[in-house]
Amino acid sequence: MSARSDCSPDDRQGRSITLSSLFLTPGRARVAVIVAALMFWELAARIYNDPDFFPPMTRTAVALVELLQRPTIWNVLGVIAASLLVGFVIALVAGTVLGMMIGRNRTAYLTFYPIVVLLYAIPQVTLLPLFVLAFGVGIEVKIVYGLTHGFFPIIVCVIAGTQNINPVLLSAARTMGASRRQILRRIVFPYIVPSLFTGMRLGVSAVLIGVILAELYASQRGVGYYIRHYSETFESQYLFALVALVSALGICLNELLRRAETHFSRWRQ
Amino acid sequence: MKTIVSTSRIRLYQISFFAAVLLVWVFVTETGRVSPLFLPKLPALGRKFIDLLTSGDWARPLSVTLFELASAYAMAVVAGVFIGFLVSRTRFATRVFEPLFSSLFAIPLIIFYPLAMLFFGLGAGSKIALGSVIAFFPIVLNTISGFSSVNPLYLRAAKSMGASHAILVRRVLLPAAFPVILTGLRIGFIICFLSIIGGETLGSLEGLGHEIVFNAESMNTVGMFAWIIFVVLIAFALNIVVQRLERHGEHYK
Repeated sequence: MSARSDCSPDDRQGRSITLSSLFLTPGRARVAVIVAALMFWELAARIYNDPDFFPPMTRTAVALVELLQRPTIWNVLGVIAASLLVGFVIALVAGTVLGMMIGRNRTAYLTFYPIVVLLYAIPQVTLLPLFVLAFGVGIEVKIVYGLTHGFFPIIVCVIAGTQNINPVLLSAARTMGASRRQILRRIVFPYIVPSLFTGMRLGVSAVLIGVILAELYASQRGVGYYIRHYSETFESQYLFALVALVSALGICLNELLRRAETHFSRWRQ
Repeated sequence: MKTIVSTSRIRLYQISFFAAVLLVWVFVTETGRVSPLFLPKLPALGRKFIDLLTSGDWARPLSVTLFELASAYAMAVVAGVFIGFLVSRTRFATRVFEPLFSSLFAIPLIIFYPLAMLFFGLGAGSKIALGSVIAFFPIVLNTISGFSSVNPLYLRAAKSMGASHAILVRRVLLPAAFPVILTGLRIGFIICFLSIIGGETLGSLEGLGHEIVFNAESMNTVGMFAWIIFVVLIAFALNIVVQRLERHGEHYK
């Protein structure tokens, strides 16, 4: 986006923006679009008129409030949050450490980077039944399946980050007698922070996808269980409410990490 | 300082890495340290995989999955490029819709699959719905960013030379935005394939993902591994084709 100048592609738009910006900002227009979409949902559901299948937005909202008052939903969210957190932390530590080891050594880089890329290209969704076979249907499979999803984007980004380090800085630091630790702290780390954060953002969404996939495939008390339960009992307002809840979780997480990413990459500008 | 490492030595390291993995596999399976229920013996897996290839049992599931992929992808491309183009026409619309689309893309959209199954059943419909919705987002986002990163100078120059709107789109906008859109088309294709396999894994009647689950649920681990290898090879092949096409498209420009 930054490559784009303020000069709009069309002169007409230039004027309309200055005029409308008095009351119609992009932010307000976005809220209007969301409200319109919700109203469309409400209307479509009322016309379709089969609440067992397609509940109106208002009924889903009521169901969501109801769900949030039950303790079970907090257990469900707790399982997601715990698997997400544990899986992500392991993926982050393993991805960063291995990525640094591979990226900082020329031979290791040439040998293992193609292997990492090859493994990353394997569609992990094919391995889901295998993971369930090996780790059962408890929280373990969610953690492990989530972390293998998150590991690859993180390690690829960390390796890419180490390749961006200016070698002149490294040799300069060495000739001036910097210790290994100082080099890591003052040069390597600041340089890989932007790509590390990109990796973390991609990693979190990947872990979340892994956790949700494992939940949906086999789950005894997680969100997958309740989603299957509510779609089998045709209590679709709860089904929609759960889906909305998980969606909100994904959006919030992404927004949080996007902000952290811009914040910690600021030193480059 | 970058030292020069010979490529043959690198290849040797890589081959020894894979050899070590296979050796561990043979060791743990042949000595019975890992039950054949979790990890099949290599010779048995090899025989099963050759069986699968020669029997032609792969043709039907593959065609089902590829049909779902083609339908879902076609819808995602048409909708994504069209809507992306419309949104990119004004800066205001870009600032309204671009954050909306990228937020929606942050949702693990596979969570909508139970809804798709509720509406479209266990057949191809639910996979096509899921795949097209998921593939739509990278395509629309890249179309928007491709069109809006066109240098405004080019547009002004073409306009001052009297280019009509149609010529402006065909001769200036499209060629300049093409590489970015192509990237979106490639990413969209890959995740479309992944989500269709995912849908088939979660609930389906036939298809590649269904074969993997079916073998897993009947505790036929050898069969499951043979199918996994088959699907992974298909994924690699599709990946290579799409990358070639992308490079070809960039070259064409």
